[in-house]
Amino acid sequence: MTRIVELRQGILKKNDELARGLRARYAAGGVLVLNLVSSPGTGKTAFLERTLRELKARGSRVAALVGDLETDNDARRLAASGAPVRQINTHGICHLDAEMIDRHLAGWEGVELGGLDYLFIENVGNLVCPSSYDLGEGIRVALLSVTEGEDKPLKYPTLFNSADAAVITKMDIAEPCRFDRDLALRNINEIRPGIRIFETSSKTGAGMEGWLAYLTEERSKKG
Amino acid sequence: MHELSIVASVVESVTESLEAYPNTRVVEVRLRVGALASVVVDSLEFCWGLATEGTPLEGSRLVVKTLPVVMHCTSCAADVELEGVQSFRCPRCDEPCSDLRQGRELDIESFEIEDEAEMEKAGAEKIEGQA
Repeated sequence: MTRIVELRQGILKKNDELARGLRARYAAGGVLVLNLVSSPGTGKTAFLERTLRELKARGSRVAALVGDLETDNDARRLAASGAPVRQINTHGICHLDAEMIDRHLAGWEGVELGGLDYLFIENVGNLVCPSSYDLGEGIRVALLSVTEGEDKPLKYPTLFNSADAAVITKMDIAEPCRFDRDLALRNINEIRPGIRIFETSSKTGAGMEGWLAYLTEERSKKG
Repeated sequence: MHELSIVASVVESVTESLEAYPNTRVVEVRLRVGALASVVVDSLEFCWGLATEGTPLEGSRLVVKTLPVVMHCTSCAADVELEGVQSFRCPRCDEPCSDLRQGRELDIESFEIEDEAEMEKAGAEKIEGQA
């Protein structure tokens, strides 16, 4: 005799519950949280360095959590912006999850959610697994560099489809890379119709104005 | 890449629920996985034996039902099923769709249990012996 037990529950229920809790805390603190996701080597860190620096220069209160399998190199690079930065080492795990965020927010000296305007989470470089894990973020940003191939969104539809904004990085070398801009924009739109797309260069600062204006706009919506 | 941790979460959840059903063993576990859930079904199945070893789920089958992406098309005012995940356009009118209604599921639907046969049999013999 066998019986069926209906469970109907999310496999990542624990992560989702924790993420809901985090989302409520971010809202209570009035902080806009962004989760940056891309392949390794897209230039997430350089983009974030520039973003932190420019936001700070405008008087915004910013902080960043940065995920990597090993090393605190990125945290040290980002800390040069003067913003509080905390490294999360996953030791082999290919994504950040809500529990890691929760744990690293706790006991982060000098950082209170209520004292921030923006919190950036730089995910582990990976275009597959981070898409399953909600970190409670307000905005998920998918980044793509001009060196990666215009079909990245078609190859990784899961991630691009779950993103709220897309950033193309390294636009300063688009030409030598023979980057087909129209094709890239079309592919992003094919997977996530209507998404906001920012074409940027962390080196020259091109496109940063539009990106920062978007952040301010989104932040004011939350407030 | 993260299929082993997904499977480990399934084993944990089913084991917890199993506390309400003593003296049973798990025969089958059924999952629902959306086409946009970014997990590979083959890898889930591959990890299953390993993840269930030494747990109350050891020896059980894993059955995965995959769900296609369903979008709401505003032009057609209808929910439409996409054939793949390469183009988020309505298959009827070719308009881009951004309102996702199905496809990110990663759920445990149910599990099937059976009373431990050995116990049943032993119990029956005991009653017979007493009679």
